This record gives sequence, C-alpha cells and structure tokens, in this order.
Amino acid sequence: MSETPKTILDIRNLDISFKTNAGVVHAIRGVNLDLCKGETVAIVGESGSGKSVTMKATMGLLDSNAVVNSGEILYTYTDDSGNEKTVDLLKLPKKELRQNFNGKRIAMVFQDPMTSLDPTMTIGKQVMEGMLLHKNMDKAAAKARALELLNLVGITDAEKRFKNYPHQLSGGMRQRVVIAIALSSDPDILICDEPTTALDVTIQARILELIMELQKKMKLSVIYITHDLGVVAKVADYVDVMYAGKIVEVGNVNEIFYDPKHPYTWGLLSAMPDLDTDDARLYSIPGSPPNLLHEPTGDAFAARNQFALAIDEKADPPLFQVSRTHFAATWLLHPDAPKVEMPPELIARIARAQKEVEKYL
Amino acid sequence: MSETRTPLLTVDNLVQHFPISRSYTVKAVNGVSFHIYPGETYGLVGESGSGKTTIGRSIIRLYNPTSGTVTFNGKTISGKMDSETRNMLRENMQMIFQDPMASLNPRKKVADIIGEGLDIHHRATSRQDRADQISEMLKKVGLSPEHAARYPHQFSGGQRQRVGIARALIMHPKLVIADECISALDVSIQAQVVNLMKDIQEETGCAYLFIAHDLSMVKYISDRIGVLHLGYLVEAGTKEEIFSHPIHPYTKSLLSAIPHPNPEVEKRRKSVTYDYRSSGIDYAKGTEHVVEGTHTVLATDEEFNRWAKE
Repeated sequence: MSETPKTILDIRNLDISFKTNAGVVHAIRGVNLDLCKGETVAIVGESGSGKSVTMKATMGLLDSNAVVNSGEILYTYTDDSGNEKTVDLLKLPKKELRQNFNGKRIAMVFQDPMTSLDPTMTIGKQVMEGMLLHKNMDKAAAKARALELLNLVGITDAEKRFKNYPHQLSGGMRQRVVIAIALSSDPDILICDEPTTALDVTIQARILELIMELQKKMKLSVIYITHDLGVVAKVADYVDVMYAGKIVEVGNVNEIFYDPKHPYTWGLLSAMPDLDTDDARLYSIPGSPPNLLHEPTGDAFAARNQFALAIDEKADPPLFQVSRTHFAATWLLHPDAPKVEMPPELIARIARAQKEVEKYL
Repeated sequence: MSETRTPLLTVDNLVQHFPISRSYTVKAVNGVSFHIYPGETYGLVGESGSGKTTIGRSIIRLYNPTSGTVTFNGKTISGKMDSETRNMLRENMQMIFQDPMASLNPRKKVADIIGEGLDIHHRATSRQDRADQISEMLKKVGLSPEHAARYPHQFSGGQRQRVGIARALIMHPKLVIADECISALDVSIQAQVVNLMKDIQEETGCAYLFIAHDLSMVKYISDRIGVLHLGYLVEAGTKEEIFSHPIHPYTKSLLSAIPHPNPEVEKRRKSVTYDYRSSGIDYAKGTEHVVEGTHTVLATDEEFNRWAKE
C-alpha cells in the first residue's frame, strides 16, 4: 500500500466472554485490528473462532450474556459539522449507537438473505426505511434514492421490483437488496458477514464484483468475515487469520497467500483443493477447534499442530513481525526455534499459483 | 473408460415434476440421463434450484419419478417395485445428508442411529454382533467405540457428519448418494471428511453420487461430472474433459466463477456471466451431442457447431 491512509476503525485488545449455563466462554482473547479508509480487510477463521463476535461488538449487537472484559473499538469519523471525531464504540450508550452509528455510518450485510429481510414489507419500503429514519429525507426523495440504489446494485426494472416482497426474489436478488439497504445511508464502513455463503458460485462472483465496484465508487472501507479463502483472495487488501478468539496471522493478501508463516494458515490453505490438486489425499488439519469453555494454556492451536514445540504447551506466542505489514503468532518464528518448512503440498501449491500469475502479467 | 463394464446405476430420461396447483407445476428435472459404474464417483454440480438434490432423492425413491427409468444393480427401481426389489434398493443404496444437525435423530443414541439399518434388515446375528459391527464402523469413520453411547448433540459438526457416514456405510452399500455432505462443514473439517470418503471407497469399492456446488471439491473427488442447469444436464464427461474443454456457456460461466485462492490472479480475472433468459438458448430443444469420448453437451446442431468452434 502507498502512503499510510487514515485509520478509521481501530480495535485494541478486545476481550469478550460469554456467560453460559455451562460456564464462562472466553470467546475473544485480545484482538487487535485496524481498518484504513477505502481498504478491505478480511477476517478468516473456522466457525467459533470469534470472527462474527468481533464484528457484532463493533455494531453493538452483542448478546445480553456477553461481557466485555477489556479493550476499545475506536472509530474515527467526520461529524455533520465537518469536524473529525474519534469515539469508543464500546463506551457509547446503546441509544446513541443506534441513532448515530449503526446503519448510518457502519452498515452490515448479513449471511443469510432469507432471514435478514422482513417478509411482510415490500423491498422498496425496506430500502427506504433507513433513509427516512437516519437522514430525515421526505418520502419522495427517499423513493428516488431507493430506486437509484436498486439500480446501482444491479436490479433490473427496479421500478417494478420496488413493490415486490422478499419471497418473490431469488437468493442473489435478495442479497442485492440487503446490500442496497446497507448502502442507503452512505456508510463509511460496510461489514459483510459471510455475504455469499448462502449463494451459488456464479451469483457469488457477481455479488463480490458488485461490492468491489461500489467500494471504489463510494470510497467504502469493507470488512469481510468469511471462511472461504477463494473469496478472500478476490476481495481483500489485508487478511486477519483468527483462531480460538485470537488473531494468529496478519498480513497483506499476497503475504498471507504466498508466504504464510503460521501453521494454522498453512493448514487452511492446503485443506482447500485448488483446481490442479491431484494429490491422493487432501491435507487436513487434524482434530477440531478447542472448546473455549476450557481455555487452553499456551498456544490454542498446539494440540492440532504437527509442528508444535514444547513451549507451545506452556506459553502463548506473541505476534512476531515478519515484514512491515506481516505478523504471525507462532513460536516457530522465534530466533531460537528450529527451522521448519511449510508442508511440501503447500510449497508446490504456491509455486503453481505463482506460475499462474505469470500468465496474467 | 471401458465400455464393457456394466453400469451400477443407469438413469434414463428421468423427469421429476411437482404439481403445486392445477395450473402450476414445478419442473425440477427434465429428462436427465447418466450412469454410474461400480466403484467410481460421479459428481453432480449446478446452482441451487438446478435439480441436483431432486435427482438424488428421486433415485433413492424419496420421490416417485414422474417418468423415466432408473436401473440399479440390474433391477428397475423406478415405478412400482416388488418387496424384494425394494429391500435390495434399501440395502444397497444409502444417502448422506447435507445437514448433520438435522439428519440425526436427537433422541437416539449414536449406536441406535447407526444400527437402525442392521435392525430393520436383520443383519446382526446377536446383540454382541450388532455392537461389534457398530464399533467397527465407528472406528472406520474415525470415532471411538465409546462414542456409541452418546447422543448427537454431544458431537461437533464434523463428528456428526462422520456418524451420518457411518450410518450410510454400515449396510455395505454399493452406491452412496452424498447430497452436499460437506458444505455445512468448516474448511479444515471438509478435508477430513473428504479423505475419509476416499479411504472408504478404496476399502469397500462403493460408488458415490457426489452432489455439490463447490466445484473445486467436486473436481478433486469425482471421476466423472455432470453439470446441471434448470433441470437439464447441460454437459457431462470426465473431469478432465469438463474442466479443460468446457463447451456449454453455462459450464464456462460456472468454471470462471470458481474463486481461486490466488490473489494476484483473482484481482485480474473477471468472471463470465451467463443469463439463460437473454442467452437465447432453449434447453428443451437441445439434444445430446458427443464431443469426444464420454464428453457430451446438450445443444441444438447449430449451437453445437458454434460452441465447438469457440
């Protein structure tokens, strides 16, 4: 990336646990993340790794049994009178958050377009709703803007579709409506929580290309939450790999895909077959993610890590710096650690990927 | 592909319609033909609503096919079946469902879920034999025999899918229909389940009908692939034929939409869009054209000539 763009969202040392009947689940264990204006950050991880919880905290949508133990989420914005302001979203009263931030400055696209739209309201009304509430527009102006947005997200004959109910649209169309709603009040940040998981590949590609195009047009900063590395490769500038409530590797997209350092990232990359994979077996990460009800001592990934060192059992590795933008939390990067190479399948894969790149240059 | 082998399953011109009201019928599958040889994996891909799940369910007779014939293991299993054929079908064809949460009875212990087939078909000679078969099956799918006394909710998603696989395999079926059986799982767990399925195929020689929308996984696991769109099989062939020489525009668009885990390439690539309505293609008019070998495309003569040149 060129000259350091302005950071607009800065999550510092976030730590969240949930009180459940079975005990306290320590879901987020010190997450740091920053998002700069106009950039795309992807958070990758398995289910239960805490990626959705982090974003829900940003939106103030945490469940009532959640306890924020520490940390802050600093959001920098230009207020209505043109002054630059920084607030800690975690400290704001709920009402203030709802009125001035949620949906207005930070919008979210949810995973399932089937359940995130109101089945009893026409889609036009749903797109207008945010504008009427947040921007005090009159109805006619809101309608004009809504039609414009529906056109923008690629819904043909928006005029006709305006009076349709969600069930009359296909999944891809519905997700477009959800995106139109999210964009209706010109947000700074768009959070996409698995926006295409429920959709087919062809529609997925179109929706992702749409979000990228809109991002350029509207100077949006986008956070993707996903477990699909193909999606990440397509859209992201920076990638945060999350495991068991921690960010284990951060870097720009090329560093993560061509020079991953953390064994978990190795596992994720090799577990997904690309179109040239013809190995007899897929590389798989053994075992399953830890239950954070019983917080592991040392590195949470140690039990599934074939490269684990003795120290992994005792102490959690800090983030080691690899390059200016690339960090990984693994003891393998400690100067005293034995030299460990990534699995041969992955080396071959990366070599193949780089060869493919040459074709495009 | 030697033509002398007899197919295990032959689907000929399968049609499955669902009448919704007097004037409206959902035409889910419109004349699909393919066959599966013993011990091979046939992948069915297509978008949601293309009829791939319907085909799987019609074959195993969860639906009654509207027309067309399905021949399995030398017997016709579409239309009316005598009890002998029905038993043969139930014992030799099994299904692994998409959602491991919803497809296991929460009130039954794992041993009873897996052992249900044994009980119904009287496959176990004694209580001990039943327990032995179940614990052997659990070991085969990578669970431990102690898990037999647990309930489904005590397992993680990947483990539950293993229980689903164990339930399907305990009858030693000749054909397993795997309906999106890995799409509900995490990436790291998907690889475990796919490896397990491959190992079991090597060991028992069963055939899979692998239904999925994740093309890279389908390519990895399948020998031959059929591409479905709107209830028509638009292209079929071995995976090399489909992936290196796609002919049909829908297949091309489907292949171009696969996200590659390769950022430099992804940023430069644009997917090919395909819209059936504006493409001017009428699937109903198309007939099967052989490209070469087993590679076939659904097209009219004129379309076929045009596409083959591209």
